[in-house]
Amino acid sequence: MSWGLEHVSVDVDRAPALIDVDATVAPGEVLAIVGGDGAGKTTLARTLVGLLRAKTGVVRRPESTRIGYLPATSGVWPDLTVTENLAFVADVHRMSRQDRASRVHHLLAVTELTAAADRLGADLSGGMRRKLGFAMALLAEPDLIVLDEPSTGVDPVSRADLWALMTAAAVGGAAVVFTTTYLDEAERARSICALEAGRVLASGTLGDIAASVRGEIVDRRSDGSRSWRRGRQWRTWRPDGSIPDGSARIDADLTDLLVAASLAAEEAM
Amino acid sequence: MIAKLDRATKHFGAVVAVDDVSFEVRPGEIVGLLGANGAGKTTAIRMLLGLADPTSGTVEIFGAPASRDSLRRVGYVPQGLGLYTDLTGRENMTFQAGVFGFEPLEAPGDVAAWWDVTVERMPLGIRRRVAFEVALGHQPDLLVLDEPTSGVGPLGRARLWDTIHAASEAGVGVLVTTHYLDEAEQCDRLIMMSAGRVVAAGRLEDVVAGGTAVTVETEYWQHVSDLLIRSGLRAYVTASGVRIPEGDPDQVERLLVDAGVTAAVGVDRATLDETFVRLSR
Repeated sequence: MSWGLEHVSVDVDRAPALIDVDATVAPGEVLAIVGGDGAGKTTLARTLVGLLRAKTGVVRRPESTRIGYLPATSGVWPDLTVTENLAFVADVHRMSRQDRASRVHHLLAVTELTAAADRLGADLSGGMRRKLGFAMALLAEPDLIVLDEPSTGVDPVSRADLWALMTAAAVGGAAVVFTTTYLDEAERARSICALEAGRVLASGTLGDIAASVRGEIVDRRSDGSRSWRRGRQWRTWRPDGSIPDGSARIDADLTDLLVAASLAAEEAM
Repeated sequence: MIAKLDRATKHFGAVVAVDDVSFEVRPGEIVGLLGANGAGKTTAIRMLLGLADPTSGTVEIFGAPASRDSLRRVGYVPQGLGLYTDLTGRENMTFQAGVFGFEPLEAPGDVAAWWDVTVERMPLGIRRRVAFEVALGHQPDLLVLDEPTSGVGPLGRARLWDTIHAASEAGVGVLVTTHYLDEAEQCDRLIMMSAGRVVAAGRLEDVVAGGTAVTVETEYWQHVSDLLIRSGLRAYVTASGVRIPEGDPDQVERLLVDAGVTAAVGVDRATLDETFVRLSR
């Protein structure tokens, strides 16, 4: 059984926010939803957990007590302490006393919040609030974990810990979906769904996405708007697949592939 | 030299925010200043802009401490962009032109369609482009950018970097603060800070060169990562298998053999994030 969206369209404030989106994730897998601000990432996450209703299409999700969700806004109660925030989630999910104590202890340790256990949510730094929200989403070992920009505002050292926790949850059998604006982060996931203006720009494994981009990407600059820079090097998308003299095709990474896919989408409009 | 910190140190009471830091930005160069929150990046930049005095050491732009005159040669785009959101792009440009005393510029091709729209109604990528155009209007020699492409999609990000590279090719020195690889890889040189000190500097390849990670390519990644984590290793799952930063390939191989798993064990260079973790400890 996999969870996710099939041909889903969603309106927000009567304007289309998602248009015919497919994004599914199986237990044990990690799916990255990547795109810029306004691409539809948060709408997708909220639709997946049941906070927004699909206008058309099918949304498959487990019952709500089997879902862990980290909203883009912190999802932490400011007037509860760190421990109380976790206890509240444990109550909602009816966790046993024994489970709860060992899970809370473990999650506080790996998110480095043990020393802050008695601090109020309101008194945490942005990064600490993010980590607490993350711990709350993972606490009850849900079947589906949806994390909306878990790494935003979190420093690189903590980011590594969060990634390890997230993949450990997948190893434990959960289906994990996270959103990000950063492509190097998305590239670590087995499966990627890139959104732009509410539509799926490209999706699948890195190999699937490479196969879906028409033509070739080469290592020289050319005239027109189909060239971009990676550091001091140039890339050019050649939709007809021809490789000019003096150029060579490159093994494109996710950044190059999505720039080419965006150019293709822009030219098709 | 456009910007230079020489053994700069800044104390706030008992806290040492910047500790014996030296680096410089030359004309035409894009330098990335990397560091976690609280690493000292913001204090270093505030000293460059003359907003904080070093406790010891020297901080100079254009060969002297920051002054009203030298700051006229600096363009600064903060993360919040510093635009007036209820004004249009054109009005923001006109305002900046009045402050700095230059002729307001027209918008470049792909921003032109948005030039007479109020900033609050622009998509984020366009808003960032407009902030660059406004900050570049007085033809500064030093451009300071705080996470310049944060929140922007892949094509928007490529176009923002086009603008930054074009400025650097025209001779502008650029100092970018960030902690993301997507941005760091666009810089000529990186300065990595942790706890107020410079912990690595050089090209991206040089900065990550000190570290490695063991990789295990396997379709049984759930089983393998579970096994390695139970053995006390810091393993995490990636798209192609399992990765163990700073791991010992022989130890990993042995654990796999003992468990009867056959998988390809290799050694890869560390990623930027893994380097952050290694150098921040």
